[in-house]
Amino acid sequence: MTATTTILRFQIGDVLRSRWVMVYGILLLLLTDLLFRLAGTGDRVVFSLMNVVLLLVPLMSTVFGTMYLYHARDFTTLLLAQPVPRRSLFLGLYGGLTIPLTLAFVLGVGVPFLWHGATAAAGPLTLLLAAGALLTASFTALAFLVAVSIDDRAKGLGGAVLVWLTTGVVYDGVLLLVVVLFGTYPLERPLLALTFANPIDLARVLLLLSLDTAALMGYTGAVFQRFFGTSWGIALAAVTLLFWVAGPLAVGMRRFRRKDF
Amino acid sequence: MTKAPAPHGPGRGLRLIGAEEPLVEVRGVRKRFGRRTVLDNVDATVERGEVTAIIGPNAAGKSTLIKAILGLITPDRGTIRVAGRPVSAAGDYRRVIGYMPQAASFPENLTGRDVLELLERLRGPDTPLDRELVAAFGLEAALDQRVRTLSGGTRQKLNAAIAFLFRPALLILDEPTAGLDPVASAILKEKILVVREQGASVVLTSHVLSELEELADTALFLLDGTVRFHGSRGQLHDRTGHASLERAIASLMRGASA
Repeated sequence: MTATTTILRFQIGDVLRSRWVMVYGILLLLLTDLLFRLAGTGDRVVFSLMNVVLLLVPLMSTVFGTMYLYHARDFTTLLLAQPVPRRSLFLGLYGGLTIPLTLAFVLGVGVPFLWHGATAAAGPLTLLLAAGALLTASFTALAFLVAVSIDDRAKGLGGAVLVWLTTGVVYDGVLLLVVVLFGTYPLERPLLALTFANPIDLARVLLLLSLDTAALMGYTGAVFQRFFGTSWGIALAAVTLLFWVAGPLAVGMRRFRRKDF
Repeated sequence: MTKAPAPHGPGRGLRLIGAEEPLVEVRGVRKRFGRRTVLDNVDATVERGEVTAIIGPNAAGKSTLIKAILGLITPDRGTIRVAGRPVSAAGDYRRVIGYMPQAASFPENLTGRDVLELLERLRGPDTPLDRELVAAFGLEAALDQRVRTLSGGTRQKLNAAIAFLFRPALLILDEPTAGLDPVASAILKEKILVVREQGASVVLTSHVLSELEELADTALFLLDGTVRFHGSRGQLHDRTGHASLERAIASLMRGASA
């Protein structure tokens, strides 16, 4: 076993047994079950869950991600004093958080679909779970980047929440403002650029294009579809989301390897 | 004298290094954090089979020097060699080092045994183990509990046991007895002297000068990031005219401020 997989194995064991990951999974479980009781069919539950997933998953991933890395700081230092490459340690820590967090999300959202027998919604559900997994991976990577860059815990947590606020909340306001102020100009390209700059909007566009719900698509979704067409749009959104995982992870690792502990 | 059955000494692949060469060699190391110079042109050596005490007031650069030797921080200038190898971030040289950080913190939901297993796997299967401290501290029973439920003292004992676990040629102990009860403290000090007899080098910091008095062969006195004294106990006596470490240090500090 390499150092990376060894660290990964033990970190997963630690995080899976931690209370807050369980609480996160159970929260999603209760919410999905509640939506089934209110909305009824699987398809409608997927749509209701979509907005929850687009906001809650990034929030939890950024907060858990930064807290986890700060909390593991002393143990990280001890592991760095062992004959272990820094790259292995960073990847082990990242996977050790991201894998249990994704597991909690997939089980929390997926299991109620099983016990409510909503097999007809398997396609949309799979898409939702995939988008949620990508968002988890992306925002834990962003959280790690923040935590590696900022030594002060309070500032780091603030920075992480700021990342979430910007991408999840402020972004929509800015978008609206741009559309209202510059409505008479051709806005397609600037709006496309804004979409690529925000993993949450990419996930939203990806979901809406795949689920073929033009009515719910919103401004950026419609622009995306008109510009790229449905299948190219889906492919492009998915690939760019992957870049939103790999990019922050690569920059975070680079900083981790040069960091003074 | 016959050789001890399981001597502490250089690990795998490090047997070609000449015994005359110091185990740790710090040359002209300088480190700044922002505008503050934490280490300034520091030279130091750690000889084999010696206990070196790093002494100095708070913020003198003790921890930074230790962390530079461990490769946790990168000096702005200067070189550090451990067992003949230059220290770098990707350091296999850490195989020869056992480190006990000031504060012990382990993954809360793992057991002590998990933590030991993790470290053993990272060191590789053929690393000889020394579990004597685990036994001496009476840790066996606590090892099966989750770390979350362990007291601060027990965690600190685990921390100490881990440093000695892999029979390192170089032990780096940062405030080792802080947080240990007097009995555990005595066990640890005894162990330090035993591994020194077996040929290991020990670098330690402490605020308790009487403790360093018992253990240290060599003192390295740091003040404001510079080495003010580095030498044997005898040399310290000659320089300051004081036999006790406490008085000698006090005299060095007065000399520095004058």
